[in-house]
Amino acid sequence: MTSTDTTRRGEVSIRDLSKSFAINGRPLAVLKGLNLDIRSGECLVIVGASGSGKTTLLRVLAGLEAADGGRVLIDGAPVQGVGTDRAVIFQEPRLLPWLTVLGNVAFGLEVRGEQRARAEERARDYIGLVGLGEFADAYPKQLSGGMAQRVGIARALTVQPEILLLDEPLGALDAMTKITMQEELARIWSEENVTMIMVTHDLEEAVYLADRVLVLPKEKGAAARLIDIDLPRPRDRSEPRFVRYREELLREFGLH
Amino acid sequence: MSLQHIEQPSVLGAGIGDNSYGHELVQRGSQAAARFLSRYGALLGFLALWQVSSTRGWVNPAVIPPLDAIVVALWTGVVGGALLDDIAISLQRSGTAFAAAVVVAIPLGLFMGQVRAVERAFDPILQVFRQTSALALYPIFILLLGLGEASKVFVIFWATLFPLLLNTIGGVKEVDPKLIEMARVYGATRLTVFRRVVLPGAVPSIFVGLRLSATTALLLLIASEMIGANKGVGFQVMNAQYNFQIPLMFAAIVLLAGLGLLSNYALVLLQRRLCRWSSATA
Repeated sequence: MTSTDTTRRGEVSIRDLSKSFAINGRPLAVLKGLNLDIRSGECLVIVGASGSGKTTLLRVLAGLEAADGGRVLIDGAPVQGVGTDRAVIFQEPRLLPWLTVLGNVAFGLEVRGEQRARAEERARDYIGLVGLGEFADAYPKQLSGGMAQRVGIARALTVQPEILLLDEPLGALDAMTKITMQEELARIWSEENVTMIMVTHDLEEAVYLADRVLVLPKEKGAAARLIDIDLPRPRDRSEPRFVRYREELLREFGLH
Repeated sequence: MSLQHIEQPSVLGAGIGDNSYGHELVQRGSQAAARFLSRYGALLGFLALWQVSSTRGWVNPAVIPPLDAIVVALWTGVVGGALLDDIAISLQRSGTAFAAAVVVAIPLGLFMGQVRAVERAFDPILQVFRQTSALALYPIFILLLGLGEASKVFVIFWATLFPLLLNTIGGVKEVDPKLIEMARVYGATRLTVFRRVVLPGAVPSIFVGLRLSATTALLLLIASEMIGANKGVGFQVMNAQYNFQIPLMFAAIVLLAGLGLLSNYALVLLQRRLCRWSSATA
């Protein structure tokens, strides 16, 4: 699953990006003049107060929303709608209840025109990767929240995207499951050689996973802050430097 | 590291204790009997009360005949063949109407549920039609189509159309837009989204419509056969009453109830097959 061509694969360049929504007929700026370069294979975590536009940014990158102004380039080409180079993991697993785990994980590939047998073969690999090998024939109803989210992750990985977009993927999980899933995500990211862009409101999660943390400003048009997380992996949450990064992020929110 | 030890699947069969085999059989037998009684006890009690009331003369047995007389009438009617023609023509009428409703309502409902503008434009007229009793319209259908088969089939068709159509539309509209968005993210075309997400998502609701429509079909069948018919189970109910063959009348009523139960059961079985994932309930 490693690519031989590591140059400009899953590289994102955002230039002067703006996006606003109409609220009661009046436009409300959500993103304004954002500039950002995301390196190939890095893990960028986006944090920000609610309303700072982090989910909107992710949806623009996914091609689910069109930008009002500015450009988003992926590997040099402008984003036009959804694309096979990207996969999205949502906060909810969004599994099709009438398909088994195997059917759900193979779904993405099948939709892209892969034959069922081949899609399921590859799906099995990724079901194993997320630790659900024994549950390939289970239906979503039979899974816990954490397991269901693993299925969603496996489905996204099965299409072997260059960029994995995660919108608060662990936000709905309990604290215990969340920590385990953070470890899983870190492992998957290191094994899959994929650019990972993740939105979260959990600052510890951000420090645990990110190469860089993007802090979106609350005041529109203000510069977004980028914080390098210069820590060895796997990361230790109790290490003083880890704690310092977390405090630094808290300060960004004016909370410390 | 993974969580397999902590996360257990929420449904898996519970282990069975280590009782001896015979003991277990007896226990299972009594459990089954208790289940049967708790489910059908009230029905059996009702039938027993009926039989006793009629034979003891608590009610007029000429109006409410004992069950054995009804069973005999049913038996001679069905085995003797006297009622077979009626059953055949009734099934043909309601079956034709039901099939026509399925053929019209499901594709139309799938289309209307998908296209919001169409659904919005037609919803008011659908609501008006739905609330207008098909029986009240029957005289008009007779004027338009005559007193023969056409008006009978049409009135049943009309009444069965709306529950199915509205449930199909509702089923399509209630498909989770988040699932549709998920499919789009993977590059699904409109057709693929429809085939792989919308259609399977709407199936449970379509089945609710099918079962409502099947019940309605039998209901309207009787009504339509009570006017200007000379055959059919509904006709037999009326005819037996005119001729004061009360056991035969009840036999025809029992037959209708049986047809209703049977069609519902068939649909439930089909639904279970198609929707194993949602654990369909009867």
